[in-house]
Amino acid sequence: MTDTRASTSPGSRTLFDKIWDDHVVADLGNGAFLLHVDRHLVHEMTSYRAFDALRRRGIAVRNPELTFAVVDHVVATSLDRADDTNPAGRPFIRMWRQNCDEFGITHFDIDDHRQGIVHVIGPELGIDLPGCTLVCGDSHTSSNGALGALAWGIGASEVEHVLATQTIIQRKPKAMRIWFDGELGPGVCAKDLILYVIGRLGTAAGRGYTVEYAGPGMSALSIEGRLTVCNMSIELGARAGLIAPDDRTFDYLAGREFAPKGREWEDAVAHWRALRSDDHATFDAETVIDCSPVKPQITWGTSPQDVVAVDGRVPDPSTETDPVRRRTLEQALAYIGLAPGAALAGTKIDYAFIGSCTNGRYSDLVAAAEIARGRKVAPGVRALVVPGSTQIKIAAERAGLDRIFREAGFEWRSAGCSMCVAGNGDTVPAGKRCISTSNRNFEGRQGPGSRTHLASPASVAAAAVSGAIVDARTLAG
Amino acid sequence: MQTFDKLTGVAAPLLLENINTDAIIPVPWIVNFGQDLGMGLFGGWRYGGDGAENPAFILNQSSYREARILLTGQNFGCGSSREEAVWALLGFGIRCVIAPSFGDIFFENSFKNGLLPVVLEPDGVATLVRETAAARAPILTVDLESCAVGVPGGSSLPFTIQEGRRRALRMGLDEVDLTLARVAEIDAFQAADRSRRPWIYRQGERHIR
Repeated sequence: MTDTRASTSPGSRTLFDKIWDDHVVADLGNGAFLLHVDRHLVHEMTSYRAFDALRRRGIAVRNPELTFAVVDHVVATSLDRADDTNPAGRPFIRMWRQNCDEFGITHFDIDDHRQGIVHVIGPELGIDLPGCTLVCGDSHTSSNGALGALAWGIGASEVEHVLATQTIIQRKPKAMRIWFDGELGPGVCAKDLILYVIGRLGTAAGRGYTVEYAGPGMSALSIEGRLTVCNMSIELGARAGLIAPDDRTFDYLAGREFAPKGREWEDAVAHWRALRSDDHATFDAETVIDCSPVKPQITWGTSPQDVVAVDGRVPDPSTETDPVRRRTLEQALAYIGLAPGAALAGTKIDYAFIGSCTNGRYSDLVAAAEIARGRKVAPGVRALVVPGSTQIKIAAERAGLDRIFREAGFEWRSAGCSMCVAGNGDTVPAGKRCISTSNRNFEGRQGPGSRTHLASPASVAAAAVSGAIVDARTLAG
Repeated sequence: MQTFDKLTGVAAPLLLENINTDAIIPVPWIVNFGQDLGMGLFGGWRYGGDGAENPAFILNQSSYREARILLTGQNFGCGSSREEAVWALLGFGIRCVIAPSFGDIFFENSFKNGLLPVVLEPDGVATLVRETAAARAPILTVDLESCAVGVPGGSSLPFTIQEGRRRALRMGLDEVDLTLARVAEIDAFQAADRSRRPWIYRQGERHIR
């Protein structure tokens, strides 16, 4: 990665600069700015403390019309779910509903067709728009950058600040660009690409940066693929990742419930067309990725950077000279239960999870169903399909995807975060191995003692029917 | 918010890279409503599968049970935005984490709660680990007035921190109050922005009952 700041052209701005400049309310000094927040999304797991704080202060939500709320983290995903299907979730859901009613916030409840994972419904409902600032108390808020928004995850104190003031205090991050050349090969998708990038650059590479993903490799990706890439910006260490909006973006947004309509839509699109980095804009760091050699990627360890191609091998910690890094690798291998140098393909799995804000969208379910069609989940494997939103679930059922999955032995469930964050009762038991389309393979992420391998929807479906990690391309077609 | 000025206390070494917020406070403690988060700090490492303490874990060892400072590897607090990670550290009694770098969201959350994240080069962290291990007791002093961290009678290493953050920590400033005092500026911004980008405001208004 090269530092090119010295050659910054006067007057040239990056996409990130433009959105940032549009939202500065005040310069607070010492490098801090007060930024306007255009869209604030609120979920049920941690927001109650922020509402409690507003009550203690005796103040209202400043702009309820710019605030949208949904239940996703702790809701059960059984088809006949209710508030108390997951008993531990009940107090969170009830307080969320009461807070939304009391503070006048538009909210999508457990039985609303607009319910879904917060980062899935933002784009799907047209709440997320190009050029807007969008925050949510969840690190995968970066997903929304795929439409050309500046979107990032915040903590509970910041949620309170945004509810109270519709602004947020920020120090401007540096700008990084990752340029994608070439095309992805057949059977290789956006998830493989972003895992490959994280494996190459490391999980701390984006710390302190906003990342713009650009180049022909990004232009060629569908909006759903771009959402997958931006989603995992935080696994690269970056709070925000974004992609300049183009005709594909506008086609995706046109007609969505909260997107502008009529004359306002025309005005908005004209404004959005200027949202791209100037030709001579320079970045604090730049890197180029060639898409063409990327193979399906599978993680082997307990950090998203612990990733190799499906035909790759687990590394050997003894070759690492840095003692802290060596200890980290040794602990990862001990936890995941794999030997140094072992081939990843052929590793037996117990669970398969298709869903999450990373890969719970319609095209992800289609990719998995293509592998599942006419096959059976391997004996001893439990496989779940959890659509990212209720609208996706309905669309998939209309297209008969649910039947394909059920006939193959997958469980077909209701929308929510489910086994990605394991806060709703959907967990992987201790010592069991799960291949998952989610975003984090951390120790205990899918349940205490659970072992996670991150992969694409096709790779997860292929492992589910094979009973072991396998190159999905050998099952395609 | 509790202020931070000067802290002398036991420093525990937890020398791994990329310790994420799921490790700092696992989800089962968060979704157990009303749970004391300090009990869940590093829950997956601190307790065995049966819920009993794991004696090998650093914070379960007698010298470190009263730890107030954590010495750790790069990118501490990466991953999830959960502020519970900061609350769990504070709940246990830790007021300062010293590392070569921090996850961006965790770093921000720390300052909102009076937890001081100190950035030191890996060599600096290694020096503090070595000297506290050699000392009679593993004690460090972190001084936000002089911006230095030192082993009593040993090395003293300077660190840098943005002045606005330092001031807010020392004075325990409430950011919401400070911003609410700027309501006129926010009103003016929104009034101008509404004519420039009306679509940002209008769609939501139609849905407010």
